[in-house]
Amino acid sequence: MTTLRPTKPILAFIIALLAMFALFRPAYGADVHPQVNALGQGDYAALESAITALAATGDPAAAAVLDALSNGDLYVRKSDGAVFKAVRAGDGYALTDLVTGTDAGTAARSDVTKIKVNNKIRGQIRAASGSLTLMNPDPKLRYAAAADVFKSADPAQIPLLDSVIAGEKDTGVKAMLVQARAAAVLKSDMSSDEKVAAVAIIAARGDQDALAILTGAGAAGADPAVKAAADAAAGSIEGQLQLWNGVQNIWYGVSLGSVLLLAAIGLAITFGVMGIINMAHGEMVMLGAYTTYVVQEIIRTSYPGLFDWSLAIALPLAFLVSGGVGVLIERSVIRFLYGRPLETLLATWGISLILQQAVRTYFGPNNREVGNPSWMSGTFDLGHLAITYNRMWIVVFALGVFAVLMLVLKRTPFGLQTRAVTQNRPMASSMGIRTPYVDALTFGLGSGIAGIAGVALSQIDNVSPNLGQNYIIDSFMVVVFGGVGNLWGTLVGAFTLGIANKFLEPYAGAVLAKILVLVFIILFIQKRPRGLFALKGRSVEA
Amino acid sequence: MFKRVGRTLGALATAALIGAGVTGAHAADDTIKVGILHSLSGTMAISETTLKDTVLFLIDEQNKKGGVLGKKLEAVVVDPASNWPLFAEKARELISQDKVSVVFGCWTSVSRKSVLPVFKELDSILFYPVQYEGEESERNVFYTGAAPNQQAIPAVDYLMSDEGGAVKRWVLEGTDYVYPRTTNKILEAYLKSKGVAAEDIMVNYTPFGFSDWQTEVASIKKFGSAGKKTAVVSTVNGDANVPFYKELGNQGIKAEDIPVVAFSVGEEELAGIDTAPLVGHLAAWNYFQSIDTPENEDFIKKWHAFIKNDKRTTNDPMEATYIGFNAWVQAVTKAGTTDPDKVIDALIGVSVPNLTGGFSTVMPNHHITKPVYIGEIQDNGQLDVVWQTPGLVVGDEWSDYLPDSKDLISDWRAPLSCGNFNVATGKCGGS
Repeated sequence: MTTLRPTKPILAFIIALLAMFALFRPAYGADVHPQVNALGQGDYAALESAITALAATGDPAAAAVLDALSNGDLYVRKSDGAVFKAVRAGDGYALTDLVTGTDAGTAARSDVTKIKVNNKIRGQIRAASGSLTLMNPDPKLRYAAAADVFKSADPAQIPLLDSVIAGEKDTGVKAMLVQARAAAVLKSDMSSDEKVAAVAIIAARGDQDALAILTGAGAAGADPAVKAAADAAAGSIEGQLQLWNGVQNIWYGVSLGSVLLLAAIGLAITFGVMGIINMAHGEMVMLGAYTTYVVQEIIRTSYPGLFDWSLAIALPLAFLVSGGVGVLIERSVIRFLYGRPLETLLATWGISLILQQAVRTYFGPNNREVGNPSWMSGTFDLGHLAITYNRMWIVVFALGVFAVLMLVLKRTPFGLQTRAVTQNRPMASSMGIRTPYVDALTFGLGSGIAGIAGVALSQIDNVSPNLGQNYIIDSFMVVVFGGVGNLWGTLVGAFTLGIANKFLEPYAGAVLAKILVLVFIILFIQKRPRGLFALKGRSVEA
Repeated sequence: MFKRVGRTLGALATAALIGAGVTGAHAADDTIKVGILHSLSGTMAISETTLKDTVLFLIDEQNKKGGVLGKKLEAVVVDPASNWPLFAEKARELISQDKVSVVFGCWTSVSRKSVLPVFKELDSILFYPVQYEGEESERNVFYTGAAPNQQAIPAVDYLMSDEGGAVKRWVLEGTDYVYPRTTNKILEAYLKSKGVAAEDIMVNYTPFGFSDWQTEVASIKKFGSAGKKTAVVSTVNGDANVPFYKELGNQGIKAEDIPVVAFSVGEEELAGIDTAPLVGHLAAWNYFQSIDTPENEDFIKKWHAFIKNDKRTTNDPMEATYIGFNAWVQAVTKAGTTDPDKVIDALIGVSVPNLTGGFSTVMPNHHITKPVYIGEIQDNGQLDVVWQTPGLVVGDEWSDYLPDSKDLISDWRAPLSCGNFNVATGKCGGS
């Protein structure tokens, strides 16, 4: 308690300062109501000039107004042409005065019209509000604003940028501002010395955006000195980006491989270990995805605070649902068909159709929306490689599932029994292992893991009754290529196919790449019929 | 071994056919039968189920008004199960067994091509309600969806205009089948005729149901950073759209930087995605649910009451079905009979209200007139109109931008009565 005492006066001072700020704020400039109301008059062209006029006032409220406009929250009241921020409330709208931020009553739906914006207007707003927020106290916002100004590269903003750069303390923001100024300089009619200096600043960025600006600056009609500098810089960036392109392809391949691994890993158990040609495998994945959807629906309606945990909650449930359905299928159908692979194929194919249509009937044929939790949205940059969080987590997750499955099979009594039964059924049986019981549980495990895969795949693919069909062929491909009966083979197979596919895609196109991979597998199987990692020994012949 | 599998599969398929063949009850003679040929299972069920419900809804509405020619309408629903050959079999069954007077159906072009010979042979009428690639005009088919010049070309015009962002570089991204390939061929020819250089056009195709868009989106991003305003024209079909848009959002491609205009994405498709990162991307259609007209409001209200779910969206193919259905009702009333030959003749020139406040007319080429709207995706999954053609656009069945078809016209009125009349050679029968 005592340590807090000295800070009290400072706190009081800050509060007083804030209060003063709040009090004096309206006195900053003239009333901007006319400029705000002008937003609601006329067509897009009129809207454009109204935005410019509003931004030119430099009023602190302007940035918020423009933000609301680009979000489509601004409405015009038909009776007097006044513009408000409106939020749906019951049958009508609750209005807020944009300048004072006070409540302005409500309006019926037919009394207000929305101010529509298009992409051009949105771009203009982004540039305008960028220059308005350049002075914001929050360095993060300032950085984002500087990035917006960089994108718009408007020569008219050079004087503003000059003054802001002089006052900027944060080095990151400052660097961004300098780049923004350089981009604007290259579009202006300033001297070629200035432009050559600007080229150097832009070239230091070394990314795709820089390349775009430099190609623009080096276009025909430019000053020869500037053109030479820009072309040289663009050339060196291109070379670097080429290298990053390779890295990017590997990453995309790893990411695709992780999806293949997830889809195939359950099949590696039911088909690989148990030898059941399980055509209903994809539907287990689909059931997992639908479980995620149901969990998210319940969370959305009843416990919105838990949304970021939805996937964690869905994981065990998806395992139980798909695993349960798997055990049910094994006990009711498959156990009568052991040793008759063709019948199993047809029966499981039938089951897959039944499951699909059941889901279609119950949930409807349309896609269901499964949201990304906040920690799975967005990207981060690794060098010049933009990595999306959802793909990264799926890679991590796929490897995690693989590791856990390995542990279960190698280190638990259940895993031991499973391996014993697959290797030599009569022997395992005579050692007192209840083989039918192990069969059911193993099939349940494979199906449950497919369900877990469904949770992950719901993040990147459609949640529709057809979800499973899209993965069944790829899954078989991976398992057969990797070697039936070997989990490591599945791992290596998935990543090999993923990376090969992604390296072929930029050259051959997605359609041809897929065909080439398929042809490659067919040829490979001719050479090594048992896949990459063939099981050797007596169990193979059994 | 494989023979046995084949035989078993064949047996299964036959069993499925017999199972699915048991449809509708036999009705008395005082009804007019209307066939509905939309997939209710399989991959296309996602899109087609809604249209089946739409026709049922329209029949219900018409019956409330007393039916047609004093008779009630009766729906005969069959399920071709997203299986193209099955479409032809089901069409034959509808026409020869159930004796329907008209059929509303098909979604994909391949299903339409599959049923064409059946409709010609048995001389019946098909209303086809989906936007398609054109290059066809048949006597027995009425195309109420958009031809390329009623969707693709106006969309490109908008993007080329100052208001649309003055786009100079184009990515034509599509699913690998006939509609995107033909549409992109037309668009490529059109863009080149407008002075776009070949290196400013990138064409790329992906397989059906494609879900790993990382490489494609990265290359779009790269293509778009050449210092010229770039846009993507997407003919990506159905399910592949959701992962495509998710990847666009993930890689931070905003609509202000590289807008995507789609021809196959409507309210129904957007229902499966969080649209917040997609605000500003575009779609070109002849109808949007958000269009504010009394007709549309009334239609949506009645539709919600019929389907008993006020969250269900409406979309462009539904409006096309609505127009086609009403045109048929009017033509039957005009002809005083449901005899296909008389109705086909009566349909030309029929003008019925559409849902966007105007009238759509059936033209002699069996296509209709429509307004074209460009809508922007909103964060509530709806599309807001940002641009529209000044007037109605007549569907152009044979594109003027393809060398093979630029001399062809279609006119099903006597005495010409030809779907592919060559104006250069003066003969009926194509190029």
